[in-house]
Amino acid sequence: MQITSPAFKANARGALADPHLQEALGHVRSGFIDKRQKAVDALPEFDALRDSARAIKDHTLAHLDLYLEAYEEKVKAAGGRVHWAETAEDARSLILDICRAAGARTVTKGKSMITEEIGLNEFFEKEGIRPVETDLGEYIIQLRGEHPSHIIAPAVHLTKNQVEADFRRAHHHLPPTRDLSEPASLLSEAREVLRAEYFAADVGITGANFLVAETGSSVIVTNEGNGDLTQILPRVHIVVASIEKIVPTLADTSQILRVLARSATGQDMSVYTTVSTGPRRPEDPDGPEEYHVVLLDNGRSSMLGTEFQDMLRCIRCGACMNHCPVYHAVGGHAYGWVYPGPMGAVLTPSLIGVDKSGHLPNASTFCGRCEAVCPMHIPLPKMMRHWREREFARGLNPATQRYGLKAWAFFARRPRLYRLAASFAIPALSAFGGAQRRFRYLPFAGGWTKHRDLPAPESRTFLQQWRNREADKQEART
Amino acid sequence: MRQETLKRPRVGLFVTCLVDLFRPTVGFASVKLLEEAGCEVEVPMAQTCCGQPAYNSGDRDDTIAIARNTIETFEEFDYIVAPSGSCAGMLKKHYPALFKGGAWEERAAAFSAKVHELMSFLVDVMGMEAVSAAHEGSVTYHDSCSGLRELNIREQPRRLLGSVSGLKLKELKDADVCCGFGGTFCVKYPDISNKIVEEKAVNIKASGAETLLAGDLGCLMNMAGKLQRQGADIKVRHVAEVLAGMDDGPAIGGGGR
Repeated sequence: MQITSPAFKANARGALADPHLQEALGHVRSGFIDKRQKAVDALPEFDALRDSARAIKDHTLAHLDLYLEAYEEKVKAAGGRVHWAETAEDARSLILDICRAAGARTVTKGKSMITEEIGLNEFFEKEGIRPVETDLGEYIIQLRGEHPSHIIAPAVHLTKNQVEADFRRAHHHLPPTRDLSEPASLLSEAREVLRAEYFAADVGITGANFLVAETGSSVIVTNEGNGDLTQILPRVHIVVASIEKIVPTLADTSQILRVLARSATGQDMSVYTTVSTGPRRPEDPDGPEEYHVVLLDNGRSSMLGTEFQDMLRCIRCGACMNHCPVYHAVGGHAYGWVYPGPMGAVLTPSLIGVDKSGHLPNASTFCGRCEAVCPMHIPLPKMMRHWREREFARGLNPATQRYGLKAWAFFARRPRLYRLAASFAIPALSAFGGAQRRFRYLPFAGGWTKHRDLPAPESRTFLQQWRNREADKQEART
Repeated sequence: MRQETLKRPRVGLFVTCLVDLFRPTVGFASVKLLEEAGCEVEVPMAQTCCGQPAYNSGDRDDTIAIARNTIETFEEFDYIVAPSGSCAGMLKKHYPALFKGGAWEERAAAFSAKVHELMSFLVDVMGMEAVSAAHEGSVTYHDSCSGLRELNIREQPRRLLGSVSGLKLKELKDADVCCGFGGTFCVKYPDISNKIVEEKAVNIKASGAETLLAGDLGCLMNMAGKLQRQGADIKVRHVAEVLAGMDDGPAIGGGGR
């Protein structure tokens, strides 16, 4: 997909001026947060589970090579194949080869952010293969020619009315009298259309929430059951997943599952948790004839051993963006690539370069709510600050910011000069503030005064007043 | 008699640059509260800023230089207290990380262990349970992010406010949600910051309180500036001003009647 992260500011302005988007974002603010809190409050050991989940992932990342190889062996033993893809391009061509060999014309897809990351749908269309998204949210945005704005709720930027209009536009068979006013009716309408697609598809592609080294299984969680139909009905199942999805055992998987859905949607568990291991065995009632796993690196292995390694613990629950004031204000598309919100602000620079995505780690108030709710204890603000350090070292931030900062730091490093300069500037600024005691406009403070008044300084600085007071006391004593 | 034989803790007040420059009243209110709590307060002249603007802009060299100056200036005290969760959080939580593995590691850790935000110092360290101030009217309280999430400051200011005679606390909806200030964020991304503070202003007005309080001047100036731009009739003050009974002068930005 096209990267618009360099235009983050313009994207954000557009988002702020979009009334439909702003209405839709209101639901993020009210919905996700309360549900998560209720789920967490109902589970006294939630914090202990978080610690344990972190430990599982840290251990796995420390031995990633070992677990990946063990996983591949198990997949092979179950009759499947693992394909290693270093880049997005590698992954696309591996997937295309499998689809071509299967003679695929239609491919159904479960929800997968990795296939967004590698731009699979656009690629398929160019190659004459028809991708069909089966997750309701993904289905909606495919109808609209859009990309997900949220990693677990891809169409969260839309209102019900917008979706109804899209369905009426795309589903020509719909009688105008058909009621589509409720999410449930939209879901059953999509289901009706998708039912036929499941049977028409030659290949089904899913992502993975977990890859289990112990058994060679892939695990997905869904609420609509679409993932199961995508991976069971077509002749060929392709799992597309990134390398950090690996966990050692099924027990580890179930441990992390206990924090995943609670953090994401506030459910104890997602409605469907589906484990698939290899192709259909003779005694199985259903399942694909071929089972492939395309394992994507795409820059992740270069995060290992760096200050960004902790990011690889991420289980894509979306809690960070659900609790982010910046995400609430502008939504996911403003971030300009696949991953929005705080996790995107850390991960995107790793994957596409901080030169293209420099705004993302800067567009945070560092309020810390993302880290506070992250089930994997990922120190997101700290890592955003690491990106800012790299940008500063490479001179990537705007010159005005750098000069402003340097001028301020010049005084902050020199207490005497700081006091001297402040003792002249502050009383003058205070007097200039007048009886109103605030400014509606001030030169060089446009970023502030564009939207709010700037309170004027009270009078002289505190340090000036304190020093005079102490001197007076001294005098009184002598 | 016994009181006199006990050594009063020596507190170095890190007044913070925003208070120094924009709102000295908060500095004097802090001194008064600390003295009421039984401390001997000193204000070293060699202080400037905690270094957050540099730190959060990725400028590590300037941050370290500023941090060294702060540590040198304040390490002689029994305690270092700042009337800001954000600046105290910087001194307490982030200075040690800056010097980790270096020659100043132990020195920074020893310094940071003595740092406290004002409200938490008064209640958690000095055991203060009540203040002598009075305030006729209703207030609401915004939990600033760093104080809340880095230093667990939530109950302390509310407990002290509960002891102010005549004061009625009306809780703020989403009090724990960021006000959109974010230090340099508010000038780097003014439109997003504005959207966030607009939401905050809606909740502040809905609280029905006459006065908005918080423990961080950056957030207070942001919220005051927005409320005043909207013409809202709400006074904005640092919580220390009310607790110290120094709330008779003009409010931040002169707002409210």
